[in-house]
Amino acid sequence: MLTYIVRRTLQAIPLLLLISVVLFLVAMKSSPAGPLTPYLTNPHITAADIARLRHNFGLDKPIWVQYYFWLNKTLHGDLGYSTSNAEPVTQAILQRLPATLELMGASLIIAITAGISLGIFSAVRPYSTADYIITTLAFFGQSMPVFWFALMMQLLFAVHGIPLPFGYEIQLPSAGMSSGSGFNLGDRIDHLIMPAFVLSLLQLALFSRFMRSSMLEVMKTDYMRTAAAKGLPFRTILFRHGFKNALIPVVTVIALSMPSLIGGAIVTETIFAWPGMGRLFINALQQSDIPLLMGYLNLTAILVVFFNLVADVTYAWLDPRVKFD
Amino acid sequence: MSIGQSIQEAVPFSYDEDVAFTKVTLWKRFRRHRLAMAGLVVLVCIVLVAVFAPMLAPFPPNHIDNVHWQGTPLPPCFENAKLCGGHPLGTDEVGRDELSRLLFGARASLQVGLFAVIIEIVIGSIVGAISGYYGGWVDYLLMRITDVFLSIPILPLLLVLTAIVVATSSRASLSFGVIVLVIGVLSWPNPARLVRASFLSLRNREFTEAARAVGNGDLRIIFRHLLPNAVAPIIVQATLDVANVIVLESTLSFLGMGIQPPTASWGNMLTGAQVNVENAWWAAVFPGIGILLTVLSINFIGDGLRDALDPGMH
Repeated sequence: MLTYIVRRTLQAIPLLLLISVVLFLVAMKSSPAGPLTPYLTNPHITAADIARLRHNFGLDKPIWVQYYFWLNKTLHGDLGYSTSNAEPVTQAILQRLPATLELMGASLIIAITAGISLGIFSAVRPYSTADYIITTLAFFGQSMPVFWFALMMQLLFAVHGIPLPFGYEIQLPSAGMSSGSGFNLGDRIDHLIMPAFVLSLLQLALFSRFMRSSMLEVMKTDYMRTAAAKGLPFRTILFRHGFKNALIPVVTVIALSMPSLIGGAIVTETIFAWPGMGRLFINALQQSDIPLLMGYLNLTAILVVFFNLVADVTYAWLDPRVKFD
Repeated sequence: MSIGQSIQEAVPFSYDEDVAFTKVTLWKRFRRHRLAMAGLVVLVCIVLVAVFAPMLAPFPPNHIDNVHWQGTPLPPCFENAKLCGGHPLGTDEVGRDELSRLLFGARASLQVGLFAVIIEIVIGSIVGAISGYYGGWVDYLLMRITDVFLSIPILPLLLVLTAIVVATSSRASLSFGVIVLVIGVLSWPNPARLVRASFLSLRNREFTEAARAVGNGDLRIIFRHLLPNAVAPIIVQATLDVANVIVLESTLSFLGMGIQPPTASWGNMLTGAQVNVENAWWAAVFPGIGILLTVLSINFIGDGLRDALDPGMH
């Protein structure tokens, strides 16, 4: 098992290097002046200044030399200087990382618990009315554009508010991650509910569909029939024998949902003014801040590759039938 | 896209070769899927509306109603028949007819979805076919490249590429063709993997041997003998990807990096509506319903096709 993990990790390294080469070429070759692009529109900076900067930054050297410099610095934790934030890229990203992790973590928890529960609930009563309703809703969730769902949630819960009996009203904040400067748990949760739910919807729908089909598959197996023949109570059969086995493919799906979670976070953070990496990325985009964009894309690629690795390893660990060769 | 990818990986696509795939049996199986049939009806209506948009639209899509519009969006006629000024679904924030823009927006979405997926499937099939047919180092190399593209989340990468297009020329150069091209060129890895998997199992079968023994060249074997046998999973993937691409295009347009105004797209209609969501709910609601209905019906059709082409699953 350990050698398997080590081997898979070692295989990820050339992949990450290849990704960084592709991203580097995209960033340097396809913008008019690479990282100096934002200076092109600055009236105080002349063409001579640009030429001087190019020379000083080594941008007139061959591309592979530039890549070598970039890689060397990156491996030492220096991702360059963000022009749009006037601070080092590493610092800019690390500052926004906790907010993004809070949002992604909360929505993953919602998606996993609700998705898996709904999936089991449907699978236990297949082709019933409840099953049809859940499956159809899952299709809706999967087809819903995140940004429109976010707008509709804001329209419902932030602009108008949902009236409750006795004069109460559900009204949720729709921007930022807290009001005021001090830490207030209730306030933080209020701010988190809507964006976390919006971001979780797609994953929730996906997980519930997978859990349902996986559970249905497991219920047809011989060991489930054996367990029933032994006279075990339904709950025991379902959770001790069925659930554990049905979970195996779902774990993979959860780990592989990383890219769409990252994409969804960009949209969600933009609409809910969430001070995370997604909004940082959009700001950098509007100001052609190449070092920051490079840092962000490489970091997300590392995340995706890491979670692919996690998917493979947990799959091998959970399913004893998988052989490591 | 990750959804398509994870669906394939958790539910390997294998169909029973003994079942005859005639058009009649396929249609019979598809018809049993009620939601897929509903999806098909809705999608046909949306396509018709998109095709005949110039005839159906009550106003030109970019026409600003200077007579009635006074700076605030006009409400739909069913909400306020006096104020709507003849605009059935009201107007947007600059006084353009909401219904007309919705109809023309359907054109943008469907066209981007269709053409981007054609590009994606062509590239993906060629890469997957070469990879699966030749195997060896060619396969290894192509699959590592595929891994690279699968490991970079597509939305941020698309945003960076479109932003570069904007930075190098102008925002107006983000034309329809550019959007189609970028999306199509970036989403080929999934079909490539799918076609490769089919080819790996097909290339060692007797009919391939026979075709080779008769003296057929590689190209002929790939296109005449192997590809037709791998077409079922490609069709399902292509259908589901049309839905994915439509969502992707509307997201890009919403963020200002897709179809550029004044050309109407459901995504960029919502950008304008976001600011006015408090006093003009209609402009925020209708374009989203358009996207949701289209994507939902395509997803239902894809599910129905999967069931019809893969009877072993149920």
